Amino acid sequence: MSGKCGLFYTSYRAEAGLFPSRFQKACMAAFMAVLLICPWFLGSYPVSVLNLICIAVIGAVSLNLLTGVCGQISLGHGAFIGVGAYASAWFAGQGLPFAISLPLGGAVAAVIGMFFGIPSLRLKGIYLAIATLAAQLILEYVFLHWEGVTGGPYGLSVDSPVIFGLTLDTDRSMYYLILFCTVLSVLAAANVMRTRPGRAFVAIRDHHLSAEIVGVNLFAVKLQAFGLSSFMAGIAGGLWGHYTMYITPEPFGIGLSVSYLAMIIIGGLGSVLGSVFGAVFITLLPEGLNMVAGSLAGLFPNVSTYFLAMKEGVFGLILVLFLVFEPEGLARRWRLLKSYWKLYPFAY
Amino acid sequence: MEYYLQLVLNGLVVGSIYSLVALGFVIIYKATKVVNFAQGELVMVGAYVCFSLTVQAGIPFLASFMMTLAFSVVLGLAIERLFLRPMIGEPIISVIMVTIGLSTVLKALVQLFWGTQIRVYPQLLPQDPVFVAGLPIAPVYIAAFVLSILLFVVFSLFFKYSRHGLAMRATAFDQQAAASMGIGIKNIFALSWCIATVVSAIGGVILGNINGINSQLGQLGLKVFPAVILGGLDSLLGAAVGGLAIGVLENVCDGAAMQLLDLSGFKDVAAYVFLVLILMIKPYGLFGTKEIERV
Repeated sequence: MSGKCGLFYTSYRAEAGLFPSRFQKACMAAFMAVLLICPWFLGSYPVSVLNLICIAVIGAVSLNLLTGVCGQISLGHGAFIGVGAYASAWFAGQGLPFAISLPLGGAVAAVIGMFFGIPSLRLKGIYLAIATLAAQLILEYVFLHWEGVTGGPYGLSVDSPVIFGLTLDTDRSMYYLILFCTVLSVLAAANVMRTRPGRAFVAIRDHHLSAEIVGVNLFAVKLQAFGLSSFMAGIAGGLWGHYTMYITPEPFGIGLSVSYLAMIIIGGLGSVLGSVFGAVFITLLPEGLNMVAGSLAGLFPNVSTYFLAMKEGVFGLILVLFLVFEPEGLARRWRLLKSYWKLYPFAY
Repeated sequence: MEYYLQLVLNGLVVGSIYSLVALGFVIIYKATKVVNFAQGELVMVGAYVCFSLTVQAGIPFLASFMMTLAFSVVLGLAIERLFLRPMIGEPIISVIMVTIGLSTVLKALVQLFWGTQIRVYPQLLPQDPVFVAGLPIAPVYIAAFVLSILLFVVFSLFFKYSRHGLAMRATAFDQQAAASMGIGIKNIFALSWCIATVVSAIGGVILGNINGINSQLGQLGLKVFPAVILGGLDSLLGAAVGGLAIGVLENVCDGAAMQLLDLSGFKDVAAYVFLVLILMIKPYGLFGTKEIERV
């Protein structure tokens, strides 16, 4: 393979490989190595940002499976993440070990997600989006009012996870746990897309009637997509809850659902790499804006009063501009960049 | 009993404003197949512009109301031209996200210009309640109700008898066929956004007169979804009926939940519980067009 310009597969197995060339494998290994050692060179704040990015990656990958790959629009993903957070916190509060309560939280989120996925058999596109919007608002109400389980507006405190007798209560130790889960979810998503159910997802997205004709059981596969996606969302929520150690209903509002949708759209619909790009971009956006506001504060002292409104507005504006000018997201830009270097100095 | 009658009455008034906002929603969907998640924010912008003109600039109410409508026309045209026209032919999710992004931008602009505190319109109508069937109602509520009914009649006539209304219906029915008969599709799209912003602004001004306005007014847009789904996304009659029904429903459910179960705040979610039920039983609403798929 080396020395050739482009990829020349000699077997189907080679074509279906996750990393088709040795160069890509080496790059991936180097990237993983950097991820593994970087917390030892960073302060605790950058590590906490990294943690948030990793959790966002899990959420974005899971939403991309549902919306980008299977074509089922979900405006309720933020609430599914919240269900995972509350459920795994509740199970942990009952004395279950972390290694059990986290997947249980995911399972509860999966069940709830599948329940709200039931209308997807009859509804498509915009109707489904509004049905999941209903899920979002109903779940938000439940978080706020089921005080016996969720603690209502006062919230629920969560203990740090304990694994093999180790208490993970620092940013750095949580980082390794979260990174492990993130890598696992990204690999899982990438692999699902290469398997039979994954191809069924794509078939449903592209043309659901044709999919049905070639023998895809629409209802079952859509429910699978909802279940799998909400399970991973639940895991992201559980990790988030255990990391911040305190859960209130506020973060799981419709804003969260919208920002996850923004991640997958800015990153690239239907692409695992795109979800990662999008999650990184959207999580770093407020940090970047904070920095800009900080440097502007010297020039215009009033800037902080308007900052909150500006932040929202800039988020919306970036989203709209991306959709208008780069509708296929960052993943496409990345592909173009790669092919540019591959084909250099020719422009095609 | 009187408690519930009062709830129904209040629900009808709030519902008439939902109907107005739903009307804008349905018009856009009918002509362009775009679902506008920024509808609530359009209401808010209209309310704030009119507020600024009357209170801050001191222009008489009627004149500033007219100026608000003119502003809405420009706003609608600008939004359509800048953000929605490039999205023709893009997948549904992208179009939804554009309108969601638009809603956050509009909300941020409103907060930037006017802050977040509640603003109150000057009193235009007398405060003393009028008694209808023994129940007290503020005159401003009656005015709101009558005005929305009036607007509905006007728009129904517009769609039924005017040239442009006919062209919009034709476009809604089959865009390609309409284009080949010489209808300017792009103009129709622009027109429908104009009408939607204007109707929303009127709703905003009415709301401002009832409750005052703050930067959370855009939440109203979320209330409109159950109303349009109940009525059917592409039916004007549906918007009217759906709006009124959801207004009454949420008021009565809220009152009942408060009195019987001691649950507060059920108002915000009642309509959505109902929405899930509607979607499971009658996905295209009461008056919506059923999409039939055949191979």
